[in-house]
Amino acid sequence: MSELILLLISTALVNNVVLIKFLGLCPSMGVSKSMDSALGMGMATTFVITLAAGASWMLEHWLLVPYELGFLRILTFILVIAAVVQFTEMFVKKTSPGLYRSLGIYLPLITTNCAVLGVALLNVQQGFSFFKSLAYGFGSALGFTLVLMIFAGLRERIALARVPVAFNGTPIAFITISLLALAFMGFSGLNI
Amino acid sequence: MIAAILSLTILGAALGLILGIAGRFLAVESNPFVDEVEALLPGTNCGQCGFPGCSGAAAAIAAGSAPASCCPPGGKTTAVAIAEKMGLALDLAAVADTGPKLATIAEDLCIGCCRCIKNCPTDAILGAPKQIHNVLKEACTGCSACIDHCPTEALVMQPVPITLQHWVMPKPLAA
Repeated sequence: MSELILLLISTALVNNVVLIKFLGLCPSMGVSKSMDSALGMGMATTFVITLAAGASWMLEHWLLVPYELGFLRILTFILVIAAVVQFTEMFVKKTSPGLYRSLGIYLPLITTNCAVLGVALLNVQQGFSFFKSLAYGFGSALGFTLVLMIFAGLRERIALARVPVAFNGTPIAFITISLLALAFMGFSGLNI
Repeated sequence: MIAAILSLTILGAALGLILGIAGRFLAVESNPFVDEVEALLPGTNCGQCGFPGCSGAAAAIAAGSAPASCCPPGGKTTAVAIAEKMGLALDLAAVADTGPKLATIAEDLCIGCCRCIKNCPTDAILGAPKQIHNVLKEACTGCSACIDHCPTEALVMQPVPITLQHWVMPKPLAA
């Protein structure tokens, strides 16, 4: 049990999927203008990554390895991820139309979020067990949501600040997220 | 090879089946009238009706909580078209019919501040800083979102001048 919690913390903070592995940068730049949509996007992505991590483990161990179909790995993973995203989209549309509207095009684009495929492939690479895969997926998604929330909060404050004209808009956002990445490197000294 | 084809086919069919069943259970009933009414509205989201944009107004009209004449920029023609589509009784007295009006800029008052340009939902105002602006009549929908932003009152709503292109002979009076 403690091993799982350790894995969760280390994937969320030390090996953060956005700021250390540089996966899933498009949504973290695109949907971080307000805290509300950042939280919604984080939750939708958490759902997708965790489900996709579990489903990809099942595919890997029950289909790809026994039938020696390793060359189909990316294809089948993308297929499963796309199906999970489609399901999430239907679910969000049904339960929360406001969130559905504010996420807009970024909801179906979770399919092409490299963090989702990246986590599924890293799971296979590191040979995790089923529950470890789930924990790894959930931890990565937690780290993704955390970074998205922090970054959205920073951007909300920056929108009110006087920024030099040359840096206004996207440039200052890039500078902010790189400083945030530097700050997250501090977690690599964490001894757990 | 056969295993690869078979497994991908089965996987795709299974996922498709699951999504199809989920689509049945999670279907959102949408009112087809909402989309049709929204198509009749100007689509500039000017907010003069008091609803959040044209889609909000269309939803309110379709639900019956707003009258067909709730769109001020649409004027009489839009109100009649919506009432016809919805089969509603229309109180034409509620529509202040001043005829279509478009924004115009008085050249001698315009100081070229660009504030109206930023507020035009249809990009109908042409201009640059410290240059006199102009309204493109083909693009202006008459929503008057720009009027309040003019610091020199150079922007006014004016009736569309009748030209040879759209003059219509008045109908003869009924006996």
